[in-house]
Amino acid sequence: MHRTKVTIASDALDANTTIAAANRSDFDRDEVRVVNLMSSPGAGKTTLLERVLGGDALGELRAGVLEGDVQGSFDADRLALLHIPVTQLNTGNGFGGECHLDANMVRSALPSLPLADIDLLLVENVGNLVCPAEFRIGEDARAMVASVTEGVEKPLKYPLMFRACELVVINKIDLLPHLDLDVDRLVANVGQVNPEARCLLVSAKTGEGIDQFADWLAEVAGRVPTAA
Amino acid sequence: MHELSLSEAILGTVLKHAAGRHVTAVDMTIGALRQVVPDSLEFYWGIVARDTLCEGAELRHTMVAGRARCETCEKEWELDLPIFLCGCGGTARAVAGEEFEVESIVVEDKEDACIAQR
Repeated sequence: MHRTKVTIASDALDANTTIAAANRSDFDRDEVRVVNLMSSPGAGKTTLLERVLGGDALGELRAGVLEGDVQGSFDADRLALLHIPVTQLNTGNGFGGECHLDANMVRSALPSLPLADIDLLLVENVGNLVCPAEFRIGEDARAMVASVTEGVEKPLKYPLMFRACELVVINKIDLLPHLDLDVDRLVANVGQVNPEARCLLVSAKTGEGIDQFADWLAEVAGRVPTAA
Repeated sequence: MHELSLSEAILGTVLKHAAGRHVTAVDMTIGALRQVVPDSLEFYWGIVARDTLCEGAELRHTMVAGRARCETCEKEWELDLPIFLCGCGGTARAVAGEEFEVESIVVEDKEDACIAQR
């Protein structure tokens, strides 16, 4: 049997990256900027989105949401009450129940997204602090939510995720009086792992810090696209 | 813990380059900063490769240690913990350890495979 060695020398995630670039090109065509929002399960992604999209914090900016979950439309149903475009993407529906969104899954959802009618697409990834960090989906910016109940060592335990994000929203700060957590140490640990990350202290429950999150989203929405 | 997802991603990339030929081996370079457990990756690789052109293909890897270099004072160090804030206050970049690459694959030549079938 004749065997041939084929030199590839490319990133092992190359197949995903190619599709992510195609997504990016479609987003660019409709001038939509995309944020990939990640966190562990229960950190408060959906509540954060409810809070920032429910008021007038975003002003004239037209936002839509792509909601990623293994199954169910619980989060999408909550966000649909805000009368914004929401598309549910279930990884349990034809994608093997994956624990993260990848570029191909997002591509499959593109036809059901009203890209011509929005300026900003917020993609709520599946709650998971590992796999989502590996898969680009064609986004312009990556942000994560870390809640204060998760402890101060999270950045050191999950550096892949904390290094993948340019913004870390530290959520549930309304709980700080009830916890032994040193929030300054949590912020310092983010800085150790990813010195360039920006940290925002937020309570999605009370609305504290939401305006700064809205300002960051508006800043992303105003960015000039660069190649994926 | 993300080795299953990564195995699937490797499969997608390898199949793209295999162009319909049967793959017998895959050689990878894996950086320590990717938090990949090689044994686990090989285990899942065996599963995701089933019933594909990669079935039975050996997944081989070379590990690369994580190294950081400060952009301010240019100090370079090997990473034990994922700390990228330099003692001088500067930001360090990973200069090694973020690799997750398929270097090469070994495929069975298509024409030979046809002859073998005869």
